[in-house]
Amino acid sequence: MKATGNYEQVKHVDPLVVLSEHTRHHIDEWVAKFPADRKRSALIQALFAAQEQNRGFLNDELIVAVTKYLDLPAVWGYEVASFYSMLETKPVGRNNVAICTNISCWLNGAEGLVRHCEKKLGVKLGESTPDGRVYLKREEECIAACVYAPAMTVNGHYHERLTPEKLDEILDGLE
Amino acid sequence: MSAQPTTTAPDLVNIEVDGKPTQIRKGAMIIEAADAIGVAIPRFCYHRKLPIAANCRMCLVDVEMGGKLMPKPQPACATPVADGMKVMTRSDKALKFQKDVMEFLLINHPLDCPICDQGGECELQDVALGYGRSVSRYTERKRTIADENIGPLVATEMTRCIQCTRCVRFTSEIAGTYELGGMNRGENLQIGTYIGKTVETELSGNIIDVCPVGALTNKPFQFKARAWELIARPSIAYHDALGSNLWLHTRRGEVLRTVPRDNESVNECWLSDRDRFSYQGLYAADRLHAPEIKRNGQWQQASWEEALSVAAEALKSVPGSELGILASPAATNEEGNLLVRLARGLGSAHVDHRLRQLDLSDRPVVARFEVPVAEVSQVKGALLVGSDLRYEMPLLNHRLHQAVKRGAKVYTINPARFGFNYALAGEAIVSPAALVDALLALAKAAVADGASAPAALADAIDGAQHDEGDRDAIAVLKAGKAVVILGEAAATHPQASWLRAVARFIAQATGAGYNELPVGANALGLGQGGVLPGNGGLDAQAMLAQPRKGYVLYGVEPPHDFADGAKALAALGAAQAVVAFSAYASPALREVANVILPIALLPETDGTLVNVDGLAQSAIAGAKAPGEARAGWKVLRALGGLLQLAGFEFDDLAGLREGITERPQPAHGTTLAPRQPSAVGTLVRLATWPIYRTDAVLRRATALNAHPINRPAAVRMNANDAMHQGLTAGAQVRVADTLLAVAIDPSVPDGAVWIEAAHDLTATLPPYGAAITLSKA
Repeated sequence: MKATGNYEQVKHVDPLVVLSEHTRHHIDEWVAKFPADRKRSALIQALFAAQEQNRGFLNDELIVAVTKYLDLPAVWGYEVASFYSMLETKPVGRNNVAICTNISCWLNGAEGLVRHCEKKLGVKLGESTPDGRVYLKREEECIAACVYAPAMTVNGHYHERLTPEKLDEILDGLE
Repeated sequence: MSAQPTTTAPDLVNIEVDGKPTQIRKGAMIIEAADAIGVAIPRFCYHRKLPIAANCRMCLVDVEMGGKLMPKPQPACATPVADGMKVMTRSDKALKFQKDVMEFLLINHPLDCPICDQGGECELQDVALGYGRSVSRYTERKRTIADENIGPLVATEMTRCIQCTRCVRFTSEIAGTYELGGMNRGENLQIGTYIGKTVETELSGNIIDVCPVGALTNKPFQFKARAWELIARPSIAYHDALGSNLWLHTRRGEVLRTVPRDNESVNECWLSDRDRFSYQGLYAADRLHAPEIKRNGQWQQASWEEALSVAAEALKSVPGSELGILASPAATNEEGNLLVRLARGLGSAHVDHRLRQLDLSDRPVVARFEVPVAEVSQVKGALLVGSDLRYEMPLLNHRLHQAVKRGAKVYTINPARFGFNYALAGEAIVSPAALVDALLALAKAAVADGASAPAALADAIDGAQHDEGDRDAIAVLKAGKAVVILGEAAATHPQASWLRAVARFIAQATGAGYNELPVGANALGLGQGGVLPGNGGLDAQAMLAQPRKGYVLYGVEPPHDFADGAKALAALGAAQAVVAFSAYASPALREVANVILPIALLPETDGTLVNVDGLAQSAIAGAKAPGEARAGWKVLRALGGLLQLAGFEFDDLAGLREGITERPQPAHGTTLAPRQPSAVGTLVRLATWPIYRTDAVLRRATALNAHPINRPAAVRMNANDAMHQGLTAGAQVRVADTLLAVAIDPSVPDGAVWIEAAHDLTATLPPYGAAITLSKA
């Protein structure tokens, strides 16, 4: 990973401008759940809210805005954003399609479903469609839906007992 | 069973490391106990000054508790000791653990030792040799990591990183700037800034030292030498009065790099970038290699005999009362003493080293810190008066930072919102013209709290208005161990006598210690040594205000080293004889001097400096002075001998030191400068000496000057004042007859323009506190 090189551009961002009122409200709710001097605990949820606001991915401006809003060093935001796979730090399609390929789903044909999606969308796992509609998330691990494998999440919503036909229907329904 | 009864203090526990019994305090880690008795445990991530991470796993040891061996190896750096614990660091099992961890650590480490700067002084190399296998079983591809440019001081080669996170913990816990972090995870974990920035802490060089591998190395030293070619010589830092202990690493007399020398009571194991990288200035292009004489306006190289006789003639040509002697505040005790002898011999009482101080009406003599450096990290409260402490004395600020982490409250009264790497409990940011008033308000709060003001200050304090914030600050100072630190921005202030008197009163009224930062590395030693105006003598300011016919400049670079550069240049320029002892020949010095005698700088000469705690530290020459340049004390000895003055009969340094007699500590006076009413609506200059331009050596240290915290010369003012003046950011503006760019800086208070001193463009502008008129270019 090369450094993004955006330090000068994002040094002076104003969190009150960059983060929407809805996002800030969401962050405030999470901050309230922890002791006053433990704002770092709200960082994951805060970044997640900022990602949602930006339709599925974070950029340096948002990460800095979140850390400023929480009064934390920016580097803590970069660490968390780059650590978790549910936080995207590069632009991706607006619908996050994550097919579980862990053992139960794999035994129930997840690999075939992935291939089906790749063929249908014309992109490989880990890529987004050129129109920015769908992001086919790389290597999603167990989402705790083994009982109804194979399963996937679309923008966080569960879809279970998948078949190619069901996949087509879901993917075609995405905006 | 031991027959001898073991006596154990209640807070100590008995443990055994490799069969050696030892006692250590409760809560200590195994590795501390082992280090204390000299049992070597390999480690990479553990560092005694940094928080424990336990992520390299190199220090795994076998531990037996209550007669039972723990089933798994324990990290010695993160396993607290317990009574009766037995630790085996060299058992077969422990050695196997260590060997296996070593193999993991080497999996992704490149085998580029032959081209790596760390080669030969690498902890990974050493530990791999001692604990690793002789062959690698790993045949797969190694991981590589893209490099980052983190500035002119530290070179990176992140593929070599073993993710010990010492640098990450250093920038967060010690530097307090949180600039490095661990990005991504698992095998993709890499250390970096993510965003791509220069590491801007003033202590950044220490990440080179803490890095156990060649991932972070010394950039100016890159590819210059191998560790085994270097000779380490102990020396002292001479850019601030902390007097950090350091090693000069030299090869054939040339300093190639500087590293810290441990001294818990001074610099611990750290070194500021200023002290680490200043050595580059020793080898600047305008360093003098031979004496030079000005004949008919032309500079010519000369032999020492010629130059000394010209200097002697010049000094004899002016009467003693017309001779002013101006010494650098970083000159050694020995040099200072010889200058006093020279002055006495020539009949001059005009001697001074307080060149950067504008207000000398209280005859200030800086005293040792009342709260010693090592205790500053234990204070509960601190008041900073006119101090950009982080850049004035980086490692003292580090001590205060540690105190803040333990809950200390720090208040400041400053002429600008200087940057701190910790949160302040309260701050008063006022224009230089209102600085005394702001401090008087605090004094008023102390009086309201029951202290009685000294008569000289009573009226002024009475006229001040205090508020809630002032009362809080006084309460904190009174509550526990506390310190009042008077910084350089106060000591160089045009009303410094007031600031000193009021700050002293506040310290005394609250029971806090009074720590005044000496302006210059040996200001304390020179003050004690009497390098001050004698009876009827003029001080540094008066010598320039009432120009003398002759001057001796000792290690002084006009105009940068003077409070009022323009006044200094005018006085020196009009003098008939100026004898300069200098390591460098700048154009301005060539303009005013008649003869320049090249002298060695501290790393190249023997001498004693007195630090802020009153600790006299003697440095021995570690490097060779270039060409014909000689140690200053030798040149003074030769000149004094030539003039046949008393006190110059010694043959060596020991003889010189024998002739230095203890003087009673000179007391400071109590006269205060007249208060200047602050005119409404005028802009007043704030002048500070930038961290990397405080002396002639630093101004020539190329890497430091390329660092972003060395800002270009500019007229800094806040948006409000700029708007009133009709100025915008980047606009060119005329100050006196210099063109400077305007920078909008929210840290500057109303009514002030912050123009840093010691830049070529700013050195001759009206001084600190002077009214500034800006006209659009």
